[in-house]
Parts: sequence; structure tokens; C-alpha cells
Amino acid sequence: MMEPRTEQKTEAKAESNAGAARYPAANGAAIFAEQLTRHYQMGASVIRAVDGITLEVPAGEFLALLGASGSGKSSLLNLLAGLDHPTSGAVFVLGRQLGRMTSLELSRHRNQTIGIVFQSFNLLPRMTVMENVELPLRLAEVPRAFRPPRVKEALERVGLSERLAHRPGELSGGEQQRVAIARAMVNRPRILLADEPTGNLDSNTGEEILRLISEINRPSDGEEPTTVLIVTHERGLAERYASRIVTLADGRIHRIEQR
Amino acid sequence: MKIRDLTELATQNLREAILRNSLTTLGIAVGVASLVAMLSLGVGLQEMISRRLERNGLFNTVLVRPQTSFNATGQIRRNRDLGTDRPNDGNRNDRNQSDSNRDPVGADIVSHPLDQASRRELAQLPHVLEVYPEFRFTGDLRFGPAGHLTQVTSLPMSAAASDSLEGMQGRFFSTTDAHEIILQADAAADLADSQHLQTADMIGKDLVLRYAGREPLPAASASSTRRDRAAAADDALSGFSIISSRISLRVVGIVDAETVASGAGAFARSGAYVPLAVAEELGVVQGNDMGEVVRESALGGNGQHYTNLTVRVEKPGDVPAVEDSVRQMGYSPFSLLDLTRNLRRVFAILDLLLGIFGSLALAVASLGIINTLVMAILERRREIGVLKALGASAKDVRQLFFAEAGVMGLLGGVGGVVLGWGIGRLIQLGTNYYLRQQQIPAENIWTVPVWLVASAIAFSLVVSLAAGLYPATRAARLDPVEALRYE
Repeated sequence: MMEPRTEQKTEAKAESNAGAARYPAANGAAIFAEQLTRHYQMGASVIRAVDGITLEVPAGEFLALLGASGSGKSSLLNLLAGLDHPTSGAVFVLGRQLGRMTSLELSRHRNQTIGIVFQSFNLLPRMTVMENVELPLRLAEVPRAFRPPRVKEALERVGLSERLAHRPGELSGGEQQRVAIARAMVNRPRILLADEPTGNLDSNTGEEILRLISEINRPSDGEEPTTVLIVTHERGLAERYASRIVTLADGRIHRIEQR
Repeated sequence: MKIRDLTELATQNLREAILRNSLTTLGIAVGVASLVAMLSLGVGLQEMISRRLERNGLFNTVLVRPQTSFNATGQIRRNRDLGTDRPNDGNRNDRNQSDSNRDPVGADIVSHPLDQASRRELAQLPHVLEVYPEFRFTGDLRFGPAGHLTQVTSLPMSAAASDSLEGMQGRFFSTTDAHEIILQADAAADLADSQHLQTADMIGKDLVLRYAGREPLPAASASSTRRDRAAAADDALSGFSIISSRISLRVVGIVDAETVASGAGAFARSGAYVPLAVAEELGVVQGNDMGEVVRESALGGNGQHYTNLTVRVEKPGDVPAVEDSVRQMGYSPFSLLDLTRNLRRVFAILDLLLGIFGSLALAVASLGIINTLVMAILERRREIGVLKALGASAKDVRQLFFAEAGVMGLLGGVGGVVLGWGIGRLIQLGTNYYLRQQQIPAENIWTVPVWLVASAIAFSLVVSLAAGLYPATRAARLDPVEALRYE
């Protein structure tokens, strides 16, 4: 029963590598998107949410996707996260093409290779902070004994190690987003994707969150840097923290600014 | 995800909408309870009837008769002519050979009567507890000047456990050869009335049983000629005198039932019962004696023959094997096993019907599970999206909803068994209260066997998982982007 699956995996990997060979940039980049499109059929008209984007994000970069509402930032992020499938084009993450992955491999990719932070935090209200952060570890089937230190470590990193037993409703917006960041980082992913992480926060708290994400991107303790890609509409924050700003308009790259 | 994590998450999720999930679980519990209550009553009734029949010895006895059949001209033909399906038992053939003779019309008559030898032979069969004949005769019970003519039946000591003796005043026979008698209530009342006594006062009283006894004919006289002596000897072997005989017996018990089940004569009515050994000693004239006299004369045999013998075996399951052995010995066995089979068939159908009606409630409850879980999908759409974004596979999501259905099914199953047990207990108490009001002894009509408990919980779990199949599949298929957009 297991053998065909192993073969399938090997085959998928071979195809993935073949894809990487077709796209040489895919080998060195943390994320590489080639001619990516995502179109939605709305009645008779076609919405071109993402329309032929080619983008390379080197490992360790802090990239900000900027753009007006409806410019395709979140759609692009969903494609890069493997939450959505492109209409055409390909996405490579750490050299593996997402389109070639099985459903289970995509789940593992979301669980272990990337961490996602949402605008509305998306913490599960009935769970405590501890349980929320532990959730990706449960999904990764990490043995129970290893979980508490990992959760504490992630929460210490965001400065909330004292709030383990609290429920999300008992925390401020900034604290909730910190917990969400801890949850995204608990499996030690190589890439952090954040969709409007400051969208529901006041400017000071937003600044704190961006500072935290920046620390994750360039840790001071000598740990390996984490590639960060955030979607935001706040140019000021993006300019202060991102090493590169990509501005989108109508599903296309409008401008790239190197900081 | 690991099973423990799944169960923890499922339980946590169920606690979130505790009222709705409790009501759904209660629905399952009611469904399981109705199933358990109905089946426990079905099983209880079945056990009660089987128990009573077994206590009466009807299921563990084989009635043995000499094998006879009528040929086309109405002649009685004995066992050897009865076809080739019986095994060619050497002993039987030897015996048949020795008993062979020719009847006046030229047909073969092979006699294989039930006698003391047969009784001993039957008693040696495996699983046989006892073999006994039944004596039934007309007797006149004399108590002072009054008399009461009635049927008298012999009872073996094993009849003491018979259900028909339930509520007997006094006691059963002390030994099988004790000069004691048990009276039927009407006979006892008749005799008591004549002496202006209460019926119960008859216990301990001595009475006289008059009956028709067999008296052997006198042997041939020494002075007769050789030919006369031969004729007289032949007469002595083949006949007897009937004389009025009597025996004094002490009344030890009074029973209400007109029949006391002891195997063969289970349905015969009697006014009095005497111990088996006493009846055997009496040498009473019985219905088959006339035929036996003629037969003895024809066959030149000797000794006491029985109309039938009752063979009591260890348990009902031994009946078929003993019946086969009896058949091989050349006798005709009869048991109530066929009746038992029919009875079990009836109960199987009854249980099935009760199970179907009970399951209907569970089917309705399963709709509740579907409804609850579909509602949960709608309410937790965003949560499913988050789970998928965090790395939950479709299988994880499906298993989570399955686990929720399973937890509800398990809790509902356990709760239902407890509830069903309670309902059954209430029915039991109510029934016994009613029976006591009707002056009828209490009866256990309700049983919850372990297999029913296990099956009900397993069934509840399976039905719940089946009900969770659609919602779980639907949740697993949810597009994470769509789910995350849901407010």
C-alpha cells in the first residue's frame, strides 16, 4: 500500500525538480512565481485578480506587497501560501512547485514550510492562548511532551509567555495578533506570510507588530532569518521595515522599490 | 492528527454549543433507550417463557414409546418393519430376532417393548439424568366416610422443581418411596368439606387410596396332567386377576394446578399425586394392561411393560443426541424440541420487529446529528478555513467532524443504555405491581444482557458516524480561501 505512494511522491519530486530546472530562479529563491494568473468567473465577466505576475523572493528578504483594495495582493498571497490554485503559471516555494503537490503535501507545506498571519487574527475563541498556539503542533503530530516548551518558546518570542491560560477574548487586538504570530511561527517555518497584519490595529500597535515581524525576519540572536512577505496598504510601515516594496495594481506589478 | 488530539478537539468543539449538542445527544440517547427498552423486554419475555418451560421439564425430556405403525390394512406392525432409514443395530436385531413371532394373519410382528431392561439401557445413555415411567390410574380417596374418585398420577422426585407446584401448601414428598400423597386443591376441598375441615387442614391427615390392583394367577397344581400343567403355566404367564387394593397415605401437600408437569404427562389432569416408587409397588392396573395380556400371550414374554418412559437429560441441547440414540435403540422418541424451535423463531421475529421499531427512533436521532453537524459547518466555516491554513488536511477536518459525531454517538449510546435500563426497570416494577394486584406472583419480564448493552452502544456509534459522513465530507471539501472570507 505504501510503495505506490512513495513512488508517487518520488515522481512528484522529480517533476518538481524538472519544473525548477525550467525556472532556474526557483532553485535559489524562497518563493518564485512565474507568470501567475488567477481569474474568477463572475457571470459573463472575468475578474483578473492576479494577471501574469512573475516574482522572486530571495531567502531572508522582507518583502511588502502594497496596493489599493482589489489590486490582487491577498489573492497573490493566497496563491503563494498554497491556499488557492492559480489559473495558470507556477509557484515554487523552496524549490518545490506547489501545483505538483498532492493535497496532503500542500497541507504539510502550510503546516511546516510557511506560517500565515491574518488581518483578523483568526484565533479560535474557545481555546486558550496555549491551545491556539499548540494547534499547528497537533496537526504536525508533534509528540505531546515536546509541545509545551515549543509553545512557550514561541510565546516568549512575541512577549506573551505569561498569558498562556487566557482566551483570545481576554486579550487586546495587538496581543491577539502577537498570539497569531506565535502560532504561525511555532513550527519554525522558513517563510512568514502576513495578510494585512496591522489592518485591525491602531498605528502604535501596528508599529509594534511590524517591529516584531522585522525581528523574526532578522533575529538578533543569530538564528536563521525568516523570509517575510506581508500584504499591507500602509506605505509608511512598509517603507520603514521592508527591504523591498512591490506595488500591485489591477492584478499586475505596478512598481518595485528596493529599500 | 492523533486520535487523542482529535477526541480532545471534538469534545472541546461540542462544549462550545453545549445546549444544541446536548439536545442532539439526548435525541440519540432516547433512540438508543427505546431500542434497549424494547429489546430488553423481548429478551426478558423470551427468557421468562423458556425458563418456565425448562423448569417444567418440557425442554429437557424425551418421551420414549415402543415404535409402532399401521400398515395399509390397519394391522399393527412393530419396529423392524418400519423402513431402512434406521441404522442396522446388531443388538436390536438380535433382540428383535428373539422376540419375533408371526401374527394370525401372517404378517411379521416384532416386539420391542419398553420394559425394565429398556429402562436400564436408556438410563445408561450419555447426558441422561433419569428414566422413569408414568403411572396414571383411577383411585378412590377415602377420608373417613367420604370418598373422592379421581385420577392419580405418579411423580418422580425431580418434579419438585416443577413450576406447577409453585404456591403449593405443605411440601413435596420426602422420599420416592414415602407413603405420602399430594392432593389437588379441589379434591382436598371435597374431602375436607365432608369432615367440616378447612382445605389446608388436610395436610398431615392420613387417607386411604383404593385402586384396582393386579394379582398374579395361581400356579398350576401338581396333581394335574402334564398337558394341563402346561396350559395352566401358560395361563399364569399371560394373565392376572384384578382385585380391589388399598394403601394408607399421608397428605403432605395441596396444589392449585390441575396438572403437574413432570415430562410425559405434562398436560394430564389429576386429583392426586403419589411418589413414583410407591406407584410402582402398588401394581395398579393401567389402561394398556389388557393389550399387554394379549401380547404376553402371543409372544410368550414376561415381566412389566411400560406404555412410555420419560427420559430426562441434563440440558435441552442434549435432547437431539438422546433422541437419535433412542431411535437407534428401536424406540420412538418425542420431544418438544420442534416446539422450541418454532418458539425461538417467533421470538427472533418478535425481537426483529421490536428492534426495527426501536431503531426508528435512533434513525430520527441520526437526522438530528446530521442537522447539528451541518449547522456546525456553517457556523465554523471560518474555523475550518483557519485549520486548513494552519496545515489541517482534508482528512484531518473530516476526522474531526467524524470524531464529533462519534463522541455524540458514544455519549448518546451510553446515556441511552442507562435510560433504557431505567425505562425497562419502570416497566418491570409497573408490571409486577399490576400482577400483585391481580394476586399473581411477580415475574421477571425484563433482561438487559451484556451483549445488548455492547450492541446498543456500538449501533449508536455506527449510526452516528454514518450520520456524520455527509457533514464531515462537506467540511473536508470546503475551499480554505472561501472559508476564510466567511464572516
